[in-house]
Amino acid sequence: MNILLDAFAKSFELVFTLNEDLFEILLLSLKVSGISLLLSCLIGLPLGTFLAIKSFWGKDAFLVLFNTMMGLPPVVVGLIVYLLVSRSGPFGWLGILYTPTAMIIAQIILITPIIVSLTSQIIEEISQEYKSLFASLVVPSHKAIIAYLFDARYSILTVVLAGFGRAISEVGAVIIVGGNIDHLTRVMTTTIALETSKGNLSLALALGIILLSIALTTNFILIRLKISAKRRMYV
Amino acid sequence: MYKSNKKNLMKLTPIEVIDLSVLLRKDLILDKVSCSIKNNSITAVIGPNGAGKSIFLKTINGLTNIDNGKITFNKIYNNDEIRNKQAMVFQTPTLLRRNVKSNMDFVSNVKNKNGEIVIKNILKRVGLEGYDDKPARLLSGGEKQRLSLARALLIEPSVLLLDEPTANLDPFSLKLIEEIILEESKKGATIILTTHDMAQAKRLASDIIFFNKGKILEQTDANAFFRKPLTKEAKKYINGEILL
Repeated sequence: MNILLDAFAKSFELVFTLNEDLFEILLLSLKVSGISLLLSCLIGLPLGTFLAIKSFWGKDAFLVLFNTMMGLPPVVVGLIVYLLVSRSGPFGWLGILYTPTAMIIAQIILITPIIVSLTSQIIEEISQEYKSLFASLVVPSHKAIIAYLFDARYSILTVVLAGFGRAISEVGAVIIVGGNIDHLTRVMTTTIALETSKGNLSLALALGIILLSIALTTNFILIRLKISAKRRMYV
Repeated sequence: MYKSNKKNLMKLTPIEVIDLSVLLRKDLILDKVSCSIKNNSITAVIGPNGAGKSIFLKTINGLTNIDNGKITFNKIYNNDEIRNKQAMVFQTPTLLRRNVKSNMDFVSNVKNKNGEIVIKNILKRVGLEGYDDKPARLLSGGEKQRLSLARALLIEPSVLLLDEPTANLDPFSLKLIEEIILEESKKGATIILTTHDMAQAKRLASDIIFFNKGKILEQTDANAFFRKPLTKEAKKYINGEILL
């Protein structure tokens, strides 16, 4: 109980004293997760929509593949990216091992399947409704994809949030390819892992509380948006 | 006040349907159907439920696969250019999850039609003036159907396909939609509509196609059809009897 109270006190202290190290870690976490999420969305949203609205040979295989990849173990992804970008790996010449770039690549591999699979499920539902109208209007594929994504925007927010959740809470892959280097690749989750191993539980818990607060705030905003959208029957 | 000015429409008529057969999940929905739809006509497609009327309309619009036979528009097979000059209003309107104006903007964008003023005028014409910001799916049944028709009008179609456009609508919406159908016909559009409302068919149609069990039993001038139907099925249908 004391540990929990200490943790809360510590987290408040860290936040309200504007602890420099904490904010550096927090900003790097948000930056790495944010960029990974943005790039995953740029790939995953159109791809998921395309899979939902188009019929082609092998479509089911793609869907099964992306569904399976949703459960990819982060450490395995971390290891693969490590092997690819380490000095002796095929992309060693890039020199990105133990940099935020390598962490972003690992997170993109982890998040994209989530974005693709969930988007595909959402768009498949809405496409049942719109299919005849779009066919009748002879809507070109690229305009249809944009329209589907726009009209499913409130449900897509949930997908984006799921991707963000996976990215911000991920530790296995980023610790392997990032190396948890202070002031360079140290993020919230790797710091929690480090502080726990050092026995500094109150600091680890304080960081955990901050991490949870971010998740809670984002979820709260999303729920408010969805309630407002439901009232206008946009969901 | 509406002014009759014939539009410069791409000529898609006559629409020739020759030995058209359509299968849906192995069921024969249209069975060697043949008919001809004249330029600038209002053709009412009538018949009992499940006779194949809606599928007939959808097939003309290119929404279902043809298993046998053919449809030509002024001797040309259906293609995207032809389909771009058709507009279809579905029995249950599909409205985008946006407001009224954005629903119109979407069609305007897809069809490369420009004009805020055109959209404004069409919305006014269908009685939806001032509804721009209203979420489309919160409209009443009649308003939804009128918005659906407004989107179709934005296309300035040469062929307007209407699947039971006034089913279950209030008298105001019904009257307004019928007026617009007549106006579009005067402008030069060819209109094909399905309906169960015999009074409406009499009011609007110049020609009748009577369907039963996936076959066309009669295609004739509307006056002749209602005065003296040729088949016993059509007689029964007009008299409100059940067709077995």
